[in-house]
Amino acid sequence: MSGTRRKQEGRWAWRLTGFVTVCVYIFMFAPIVATVILSFNASMFGGFPMTGFSLQWYGKLMANDAVLAAFRTSLWIALVTAIVTTAIGVTTAFALVRFEFRGKQALSTLVILPALVPETILGVGLLVLIKAVDQPRTMLLLVLGHILLAVPYVVLIAQARMIGIRRVYEEAALSLGASRFSSFREITLPLLIPAVVGGALLAFTISFDNTSASLFWRPAGVETMPTQILSMLKISISPEINALGTVMILVTVGIPLIGGLILQSLTKLRRRGEPKEETQ
Amino acid sequence: MPDSQDMTFHPRPVLAGAAGASAAAEADSPAVEFRDIDIAYGKFVAVRDFSLSIRKGSFVTLLGPSGCGKTTILRSIAGLVDISGGQIMIDGRRVDDIPIYKRNIGLVFQSYALFPHKNVFDNVAFGLKYRNVPKPEIARKVGKALEMVRLPGSEKKLPSQLSGGQQQRIALARAIVFEPQVLLLDEPLSALDANMREEMRVEIKKIQKETGITAIFVTHDQEEALSMSDRIVVMNAGAVEQIGTPEQVYETPATAFVADFLGKANMLAGTVSRSGQAVVLGTGQTISVACPRPLADGSKVTVVVRPQKFSVGTGTSGNRLTGRVVSASYLGGSAIYEIDIGGKTSLRANTPITGRVLREGEAIDLGFDPEGCVLLDDSGRRIS
Repeated sequence: MSGTRRKQEGRWAWRLTGFVTVCVYIFMFAPIVATVILSFNASMFGGFPMTGFSLQWYGKLMANDAVLAAFRTSLWIALVTAIVTTAIGVTTAFALVRFEFRGKQALSTLVILPALVPETILGVGLLVLIKAVDQPRTMLLLVLGHILLAVPYVVLIAQARMIGIRRVYEEAALSLGASRFSSFREITLPLLIPAVVGGALLAFTISFDNTSASLFWRPAGVETMPTQILSMLKISISPEINALGTVMILVTVGIPLIGGLILQSLTKLRRRGEPKEETQ
Repeated sequence: MPDSQDMTFHPRPVLAGAAGASAAAEADSPAVEFRDIDIAYGKFVAVRDFSLSIRKGSFVTLLGPSGCGKTTILRSIAGLVDISGGQIMIDGRRVDDIPIYKRNIGLVFQSYALFPHKNVFDNVAFGLKYRNVPKPEIARKVGKALEMVRLPGSEKKLPSQLSGGQQQRIALARAIVFEPQVLLLDEPLSALDANMREEMRVEIKKIQKETGITAIFVTHDQEEALSMSDRIVVMNAGAVEQIGTPEQVYETPATAFVADFLGKANMLAGTVSRSGQAVVLGTGQTISVACPRPLADGSKVTVVVRPQKFSVGTGTSGNRLTGRVVSASYLGGSAIYEIDIGGKTSLRANTPITGRVLREGEAIDLGFDPEGCVLLDDSGRRIS
């Protein structure tokens, strides 16, 4: 019967889809899993087979001053980037959504541009600019560069949220006697919180993860985590790198995950049923 | 609630430049006054030459179809829209240059606009907080306002936990709790379902009477306008068509637009005969009319007759029209007939049922009193 045949065909199609999906996941996650597993390998050589379980590479990492310094540097840069980028991004999004002004379209494009330009070009560009005005490469430059890279994403997130916040809330606050600043602080900002938290986390990870642009911008003698790993790899593939990689994974996956959970509990508190506005 | 003794707090901002106005003069001055207001968005003129004076404590409705400028006018009082010409006065004080948050007006939106992240108490207390009212006083006033809208004890609830009608009541409490000089209501009932709408209509009117607050209400619903207002301002295309009491605008519409917009009046075109004592309709029938002044024979007029002015049957006095029933809707106490009186003219009659309901295709006799109709001239204005 054609019915059963079709059913059979359907089953095979599903099986094939499943197989491909599994392959893709393996391709994507196998290196990560391997890195995490090998970081606990007792062997001197960073590869399979495992010779035993050990935490010695983590211990070594803790004793490695260069690594610790790089970790601290990355953490600081990412924190500053997250805070500054969120402030800039949220206010820019607010202005872009709420106000009409000359050059709005241009500003909107300009803000997003760094996300579209290849990082290497951005890296070289900023470097050339700094050279042109005869300034040394400093930490400030590195942080500014990271902010430049992260701002587009925060603006996009905040803009999407901002569009969802109806203007009547602000109008109601104003009519009740709150100044424009007060109404932003008391009404708009709290409603924007999911975008603020999400944007900050994204900015943090973008900065913490960044390799190529950081290579161009970092001052002499300063390493961030990714550049530190890169320079360690140049010497040898030590199992220490696996441990370091595992720490990186923990930070870059863990932080957005925690943020997501916080967000979820926040939005659960204020899930709201809004009436549909009739067009008049 | 005429100025109760315990209301010691007066939220009115202290004004510079108003010192000259004596207390007596202020009591007499209208609550809101528009003087030749123009409002334009770029090249589009939304409101033209709008003038209106609203007495203290009255309930005034701006009524009109979509895009007639009624909401724009409301928003201009609030300061959410800038006027491009003229003056707006609140209690005799010019407010054109005063920012919205210093105008002391209560605003109720169609979509409630309760702050979703604040509970009912914080929503209602919002206006008081920005007027530096001491905390115990805030709690007392919020409690009182919630009692007034019949939702006492709901302080801790979030807006999302309330129904649409309840949310709108909280919004109303939020807008009146700080005793604003004017209460502005922008289609507050449109988002509610039909049953709720009727209940809220009564409630809003009651609260307005109790508080004695001046209210300006915007709606496109003629029933709401007729049932709630002290005065109705009928608007069309950015200009005023008529200002009057509900009876005035309904019974004696000033223009063809008003006659049609309020209650879908029958408009019968015809020519004057017997120096304004009678009108020959396009259908050839002649009806006598009560014209307030003599008219030249042969001039074109429109006779406006409300559907309710007709009576069915042969035993009626006054004018008589005969026709055929095109459709009949039975409404229990009354029936609505669509009647073809020939010459491509159809009438609408809404009459109490005496005897039986006529069916489609049956002949029908309609009677109406000459006093019960209004005459419009060639340009659609009422002849008076």
